[in-house]
Amino acid sequence: MSVLLEVDRLTKVYSLGNFLSRLKIVAVDNVSFSVKPAEVFTLAGESGCGKTTTARLILGFEYPTSGVIRYRGKEVEGLQGKKWWFKEVQAVFQNPFETFNPLKKVESYFFATVYNYDLADSKRAERFIDEKLQAVGLSLQEIWGKRPGELSGGQLQRASIARALLTNPSLLIADEPVSMVDASLRMSIVNLLRKLCDTFGLSVIYITHDLATAYYISNRVAIMFRGTVVEMGPAEILVHPKHPYTKLLLQSILMPKPKEEKEEKRVSVFEEEEEYLQKGCKFVLRCPEAMEVCEREAPCDLFEGETMVKCHLYR
Amino acid sequence: MATVLKTQDLQAGYLLLTPYGERAILAVNGVNIEIFHEEIYGIAGESGSGKTTLLKTLFGEVEVPLRVLGGKVYYSFGNEFVDALLLKEEEKRRIRWRYISYIPQGSMSVFNPVKRIHSTFLDFLKSHVEGKVQEELFELVKKHVSALGLPTKVLSAYPHQLSGGMKQRLAIALATILNPKVILADEPTTALDVVAQRAAIQLLKDIQREYRNTIVIVTHDMGIHAHMTHRLAIMYAGRIVEEGPTSVILDQPLHPYTQYLIGSLPTIGDKTFRDSVPGAPPSFLDLPPGCAFHPRCPQVFSVCKTQTPELVNVDERRKAACWLWMERG
Repeated sequence: MSVLLEVDRLTKVYSLGNFLSRLKIVAVDNVSFSVKPAEVFTLAGESGCGKTTTARLILGFEYPTSGVIRYRGKEVEGLQGKKWWFKEVQAVFQNPFETFNPLKKVESYFFATVYNYDLADSKRAERFIDEKLQAVGLSLQEIWGKRPGELSGGQLQRASIARALLTNPSLLIADEPVSMVDASLRMSIVNLLRKLCDTFGLSVIYITHDLATAYYISNRVAIMFRGTVVEMGPAEILVHPKHPYTKLLLQSILMPKPKEEKEEKRVSVFEEEEEYLQKGCKFVLRCPEAMEVCEREAPCDLFEGETMVKCHLYR
Repeated sequence: MATVLKTQDLQAGYLLLTPYGERAILAVNGVNIEIFHEEIYGIAGESGSGKTTLLKTLFGEVEVPLRVLGGKVYYSFGNEFVDALLLKEEEKRRIRWRYISYIPQGSMSVFNPVKRIHSTFLDFLKSHVEGKVQEELFELVKKHVSALGLPTKVLSAYPHQLSGGMKQRLAIALATILNPKVILADEPTTALDVVAQRAAIQLLKDIQREYRNTIVIVTHDMGIHAHMTHRLAIMYAGRIVEEGPTSVILDQPLHPYTQYLIGSLPTIGDKTFRDSVPGAPPSFLDLPPGCAFHPRCPQVFSVCKTQTPELVNVDERRKAACWLWMERG
């Protein structure tokens, strides 16, 4: 099967502190994955695991320290700022209220995008925009003349998805698109992403810490921890997790049906920096199955069919 | 069971100046709740359903533009009930944080960004505890923080050096340092990821178990309610539409709105289609007549469009405000 986006050994290093005590934080550490056409690919993990940095690297907001990103087989370095790139790849961010300027009317963003990218002439612009808004369950009439504060979070997030769809992109990067939206409206956004993928053949990189919605919409899932992908495979890896970190994440979910839980599980939390600087496997501080080798050596990627797991337990 | 906090037909909201005169926006509209000792009471609902306004009024923090437009809030001291909204500023200061404490939304940003964490703690204690020197207060801070299982070394860090989850837990520690009887927590876990969320909930539960106090928690996350609250109230457009023991509500929700809220939650291992509540939450400026939920309700019938249902007992433990559950006579 062909590949739409390929991320190959992507690494991003940030350094902290002054020249006397310099700390190197490898925020994204040798991350490789690929996204196929018309699939939802999820990057999941807790805050500070590098999932947003990965998205920013793909979008070209940051430069990688090393590694290559290929889009339809072509290296994208240097092309990311160009118009054709943003015609192909669009993004939706976490907080829809920050996406739009509170003083501007929402529809002005749509017209600006249409004219900037020469998508339609002024006569047809309105119909063109309305079509895209209909695809997300809104209409131009509903948002006409309104400022972001006058729409609900769910409506605004759908509007920002519609804006991203204007250029007919092949890849949509959705960075925590539902974490600021009410639980009751969350599913409308999640269902929308799935629908866009199924009907328009759009590929979506869905970035989240919510594994329940990730399982619900994704074809494939990658679990990230402190800059590395620790487990990757079809969404079913969330039903039968292998890596202890995936297991921990799954246990942390507060399920609305608590009776299935026999005893209360407790989690321990470490500060990010401590874990980023950990030698060997970065999860060793919290891992219930840590062995002696884990502290010394970083585990390598172990493949089994379509799934990948990075853990000494499966060597 | 002893009551610690109750409201009577509470109406609170905002006054809007329009060309046609003043208009009241009732973000809390006729709320009657009674919260008992050692109970964890949850309030759920969408953004803009009046949850935060209710919590602020319970705390007695009624500052312009918020106004109480009717009804009462009672705190119980021993055997007598005191009207919280009539307390003088001085009395309020005396009972705040000792009797009742409040963890506001986004409380992880309460710490002064240019000072170390412990100085915020000390500032707080200096203005609420009398007759103790700095060292004694500092000891108190350390004792409390380590009793809650947090590392004491974070006290000498600056806020930007800590993760959101740690700051949130420190904010919870700050609000509970004077061992209050009632803790009001407003969305204490939003903006946290699953693991940090779990840790914050764990901390609140530990505090409740240790100090035997009462917690009122507001969040739209049903998972949190399922894991900690004993009783749950569902709010919609300023009114409580359903109230009862959490496990019963989650098992058999009565109100169609609650049914949607619970039915839309995805679970791992189950890919069946889930739909969210159709439509958008109503604006307080333009509330639908009758039951405010009727334009979105799949089981609507004629009476819903004209008359507002009252919150009535459906069985001994449960209350619902829905015409489907009213005896039509």
